[in-house]
Parts: sequence; C-alpha cells; structure tokens
Amino acid sequence: MNTDKIKKDFRILSRKINGKKVTYLDNAATTQRPKQVIEAMTEFYDEYNANIHRGVYKFSEEATEHYEGAREKVAEFIGASEQEIVFTRNATEAINLVAYAWGEENITKGDKIVISIMEHHSNFVPWQQLAARKKAKLEIIDIKDDYELNESQFEKIAGAKLIAISHVSNAIGTINDVDEICKIAKETGAISLVDGAQSVPHMKTDVKRMDCDFLAFSGHKMLGPTGIGMMYGKQDMLEKMKPFLFGGDMIREVHVDRSEWNNLPYKFEAGTPNIAGAIGLGAAVDYLSRIGMSEIRKHEMKLTKYAVKRLSEIDDVKQYGTTDFSKRAGIASFNMKGIHPHDIASLLDECGVAIRSGHHCAMPLHTRLGLDSSNRASFYIYNDETDVDRLIGALEYAKKTFGAIL
Amino acid sequence: MSDIYQDFIMEIYQNPLNAGRIDDAKYKAHSHNPLCGDNIELFIKTNSDGKITDIKYYGKGCAISQVSASLVTEHLKGKTIDQAKKMKKEDVLKLIKIDLSKNPSRMKCALLILDVLGKTVGKD
Repeated sequence: MNTDKIKKDFRILSRKINGKKVTYLDNAATTQRPKQVIEAMTEFYDEYNANIHRGVYKFSEEATEHYEGAREKVAEFIGASEQEIVFTRNATEAINLVAYAWGEENITKGDKIVISIMEHHSNFVPWQQLAARKKAKLEIIDIKDDYELNESQFEKIAGAKLIAISHVSNAIGTINDVDEICKIAKETGAISLVDGAQSVPHMKTDVKRMDCDFLAFSGHKMLGPTGIGMMYGKQDMLEKMKPFLFGGDMIREVHVDRSEWNNLPYKFEAGTPNIAGAIGLGAAVDYLSRIGMSEIRKHEMKLTKYAVKRLSEIDDVKQYGTTDFSKRAGIASFNMKGIHPHDIASLLDECGVAIRSGHHCAMPLHTRLGLDSSNRASFYIYNDETDVDRLIGALEYAKKTFGAIL
Repeated sequence: MSDIYQDFIMEIYQNPLNAGRIDDAKYKAHSHNPLCGDNIELFIKTNSDGKITDIKYYGKGCAISQVSASLVTEHLKGKTIDQAKKMKKEDVLKLIKIDLSKNPSRMKCALLILDVLGKTVGKD
C-alpha cells in the first residue's frame, strides 16, 4: 500500500500543529476524509442540490440517483441488498433504532439480553436501559487475561432474546469471533446485533457469512462525513419491525385516522435525510474499495505489530491488547507509569501527535481492567511506520518532561 | 520546553500542597470529570468565624488537575467560606498562571477543583 500517495489525498494531513507536521492517530474516534469525499459533497451542493424522492425536476432526480447510488455502494460493500440498508445519523442511532423498534416490541419482563464487557457505551447503554424499562436481565460476557472474550461464557447466549456484540473493541482492538457468536445465537434462537463501527472500515465485511440479524456502523470512521451512519437489518427482520420515527418519506398513505408505511428501507428513514452525507459516504466506499479491504487489513496488522514492538521498548509502558495479531485491529492502547493519559496526550500534541486519552466511551471495560483511563493510538490507511516513530519520539519527550519526578 | 508543563507546575505536581483527607471536616464533597475519569474530594474545616482553618483535597488525576487543586486549596487557607463561595474561573486561572485558552479540554482539568469547591461550600 502506497501511504505516501494516499496521504496526498488528505489535505488536512499537510497541516502543521505547533510548527510540526501532524501525525493523526485517533482514527478509532473519527478518520480524515480524502478530497474525493469532500469534492463529491461540494459537487452535490454546487450542481444538483435538491430534496430527494419527491421532485420531478432535474436536480431532484439527480440527487435521488446519487443518494440511492450511495446506498447501493454500501450494500455491495457489506454483501447486503439495498432494501436492507437504512441510513441513520451514526452507529449509535442505528443501535438505538433496533433497541426501540425491535426491543420495545420483543423484550418483556424476565427476558435475557447479552452483551460483553468490552462494548462501547453506544452498544451498552441502549441495552442496559431497555432491560431496565422492561425488567429484563442484562448478562455480560467477560474477557480473559489475554484481552479476548471468554468463550466459555458464550453459553450465556442460550435462552437470550438478543446478543449485541462489537466486532472490534474500540478501546483494546480485540477482533471478536462474531461468525461464531451469530451462529450460536441462531442455534439458540437469539437475535444478533453486531456493532461494526470499528470493523467495517478496516476489514472485509460480509453480512451473509457473518449471518447477523443487524449490523450497525458509521460513515465518519471510514473516510465519510459525520452525521451519516448505517444499519443493516435482514429483510425479514426489518419487514416485521414497526417504524422508529414517524414523518415524511416513511409513509405510503396518510389518512386522518391511520397511516400506511412505505417499503423498506424508507419505512425507517423519516424526514429529509443527510443527502450530502450519504453522497460523501458513497465516495468513501469507492475510495476504500479501490484500495481493497484485505490490503487495508494487512497494512494495519503490520503497522500495529510494529507499534506494539516499539512501545514495548519503552520502559514503564504497559500495553493492553491481545498479542495474537490475527485477532487484533489497528489499535494500540497503553499507559505510562506515573504520567496521567491526559498529560501524555497534551505533551504529544505539542509534538504534533494526536492520540486519544481517557476511557474511550468504554468505562465498564476500564473498570474491569482496573483503570481510570488509558492512551490509545489507532491507525488507518494514511498512517505508516514514520507515524509510529513520531509517536515513540513524542512519548520519549513526555517521559523526559516528567523525568525529573519519576 | 513545554508551555503547559513548566518547571513550577512539575514542582508542585511532585510536591502537592494540601493533599489528603480531613476526618472531621465540616464541609466535604467530591466531583468527577467524565472526560478522563478523574475524581477529586475536598475537605474543609472552619472555626466559629467561618474562617478556613484547614483544607485538603484527595484524588488522583492529571498534573493540571492536581496542581490546580494544590494552588486553590493553598489560596483558600485563612479565607472565609463566603470568600470561597465567590471563587471564579478567572481566579483559578490566575493562580495556575499557565495559558490554557487554546486547550479547552485541559481547562476542564484545571477547573475540576472549582467544581468540587462549589459542591462543597455552595456558590454565590
């Protein structure tokens, strides 16, 4: 993979921070967008801006064509059909859509919902709150010392109504065996929801092979703009579900006393959607497809291995994450003895290196690991070994600054 | 040389002022920064005139929040509860001296002690 060539498509990466070239390593939070994505959105506003699905004039026809074209691209990208892709604001909204539209109808007192301890709050709190509303049970699959899920606790899925699980942990990068989890769910009659926010942008996704009922993911973590997310749902599941939000575009007929719902996926897309966002996302999917998802996965695995090795060379660094790199996404989490993650992130910022510090919206996991917070570097297609070297150099600087007192 | 992590900051971080707990404190409260998970508890003892005779904070966190807590508690020693209630953001920033105007997220670290102070004694 030619990262030098890729970097040129990201104008933001040529910006200097504190007089230094920026090293952006917070891709698990949001990625940067290449000029192709930004230009696709500008083109929409400059050349054919109109509302979709309604107008019979040229602008509207073109806008509809591009919006639905983006849906086709996303569907193909994950091996689904177009009517199974619902555009949302983000992955969080996609998960909440299922928690309300499916959960409210199907979860009753005493039912069991299973999640894992490594879930992002977005795949934790909606289920915790649904369980509380319905007096259902929330059971949690733990991790082992190697930062992987404890497979022996997969038996909790038996008898559950729903299992909601992240494909990749946003905090420690573990890749979970979702194929196996969805298989167990299917065998035991549980509905499966996979949080793909950290996996779809980084590896080949095939919902048919995964055989999940729902997959939630986000546009801005895969080179797309913010404000556009996606929920994949198996067609028969979506058919059975009631709408989540009511309003325009999601109806077929409205009478004074009743309404009829539109076809899939429009039943779940009330109101004017993020048209520019979807179009930008379509361009992002094109960009990723051109590189190839298996290439991206290979690149990130190599880079993560290198980062873990370099980090291990610094004294007083404690890393969190599996060392089986076939089960590890492009995330390197760590703490440095005696220096609070926020101090590290500030000192790294002085060197132009952007990482995340805190609990990364995964407080239950941090509590489980006995941590208040951690540092996280996360990689993407434009990062290379030079970025890792800059990270290491900046960490040496942080260590030196605090050196007098350590 | 770091703009934020200047020598005097590192010095206080190394030798915090007023760290600890007061068992028989008249006023106490705690505050939590959801951004970093930091937690600070504050304990205040007063005499019959409402003058602060002892003040301590307890918690772990980044250098900024710890140094700020050190300087604010030191500043409040001998002051009255009414004066403590009047303490504002600008007063805290004046005490810690470093410029955090370009680091709004770190500003929250510096002001965590002010938040817990408000919870402890109330605000005017």
